[in-house]
Amino acid sequence: MLKILKYSFYDLIRSRWSYVYFLFYLALGFVLLFLNNDVSKAVITLMNVIIILIPLIGTIFGVMYFYNSREFTELLLAQPIKRSSIFLGQYFGVAGSLTLSLVLGLGIPFLLYGLLRSNAIFNFSLLLVTGAFLTFIFVGLSFVIAISNENKIKGFGYAVLLWLFLAVVYDGLFLMSLIIFEEYPLDTFSLVATMLNPIDLSRILILLKLDISALLGYTGAIFRKFFGTDLGFLVSMAILLLWTLLPILSLGYKAKRKDF
Amino acid sequence: MIIEIDNLHKKFGKNEVLKGVDLTIDEGRIYAILGPNGSGKTTLIKSILGMVIPDKGNISVLDKPIKKEWKYRKKIDYLPQIANFPPNIKVKELIHMIKDLRNSASAEKELIQLFGLEPFLSKKLSTLSGGTKQKVNIVLTFMFDSPLIILDEPTTGLDPRALIRLKELIQKEKALGKTILITTHIMQFVEEMADEILYLLEGEIYFKGSIKKLLEQTRQTNFEHAIAAITTSDSHA
Repeated sequence: MLKILKYSFYDLIRSRWSYVYFLFYLALGFVLLFLNNDVSKAVITLMNVIIILIPLIGTIFGVMYFYNSREFTELLLAQPIKRSSIFLGQYFGVAGSLTLSLVLGLGIPFLLYGLLRSNAIFNFSLLLVTGAFLTFIFVGLSFVIAISNENKIKGFGYAVLLWLFLAVVYDGLFLMSLIIFEEYPLDTFSLVATMLNPIDLSRILILLKLDISALLGYTGAIFRKFFGTDLGFLVSMAILLLWTLLPILSLGYKAKRKDF
Repeated sequence: MIIEIDNLHKKFGKNEVLKGVDLTIDEGRIYAILGPNGSGKTTLIKSILGMVIPDKGNISVLDKPIKKEWKYRKKIDYLPQIANFPPNIKVKELIHMIKDLRNSASAEKELIQLFGLEPFLSKKLSTLSGGTKQKVNIVLTFMFDSPLIILDEPTTGLDPRALIRLKELIQKEKALGKTILITTHIMQFVEEMADEILYLLEGEIYFKGSIKKLLEQTRQTNFEHAIAAITTSDSHA
């Protein structure tokens, strides 16, 4: 598997899109720091961009890479290599190179700005960690979608729909259900509902580590009580990890049974 | 025998591609797998390689069942139908990579020379023409020393010179006692190369035997016509 990973990774970090992605974050990092002149505020703005953009890029890159490397995958399948190694290798190659673009692209401007001397370093690291998680989750989900759909257009469509659902529609449904059921105690419900969506979970996780969480009001207090503690933090991380493992496992399962 | 297939069935959705194929492939001969488009040639080959998972039936390669196995593929060199490689890597990197993945001795140098690929070694695969890609494909297939060679449409895009080289190469491998399976639609190629014909029709082996036997059964003198006539005559193997 490591060999496949190595080659997928090399293939990707030499592709134009990885550079575009990297340069985008680099530019974003510099611009935000330059305009804001405040690391904490820059982290918040970054969060808003990242939480939507990473899943989208992860999804699209994942689907595109999977379909584009189809013939090459067939070449590999005829080699003495275990099936699951091929797909997991490719998966880690894609997710790894995207994560690298993210970490370097944002890391460089922040380091140059003097992140190490500011107290925002923890928030910033958390941002990168959740960013990495989101990348792995959404590349994984898109691989599962792509391996289950022979038809490129369909696969692409499902993947984008999934992103749209988790990034936009889910929040809408969530808010609506909060309004409709406002007479009932919703603490547990909203906690669980947040947990079930990796994008929401990441957002809450970052927000609550920042000082602005006081603005969240009553609900924020409940969230603060849960996510703000070490236990809540660990549970959230565990759930993000679970979200990462789930697509990986189903990818392995699908790969074993698929015809090429 | 090198390959043994027993009652192989495969369905893609409602489309029944293989309907009970029984087949034995003996060592040291060249087999041509023929049949109209959609008769299941590629599916049969891919089943042997473990790329397609059969619904029913057994396949053994070198006396071992291949189900859930992957190490046996070390004994097979396979030339896929469409040569499409990762676009961002160079030819020599691809060769190096496949060598690295297979981890076995290889003789790519002579093959590169044979097909005149030296000027392309440092070029990216996306810049190569179809024929050159096919040559790279051939080098990747033949550079290892495996007892079984499977070629899916090896002649696609090759110029006459390369085609002659390919034929020589196949004959050379045969002389070394290797077993070679070829699918192609070019009958002249089959006539020159194959010891035995396997004719697939609607998911079954319709004819198996030498070219001579085929000509006798169909009462034709021309091989190409014999193949075309195979389904109309009452010959059935």
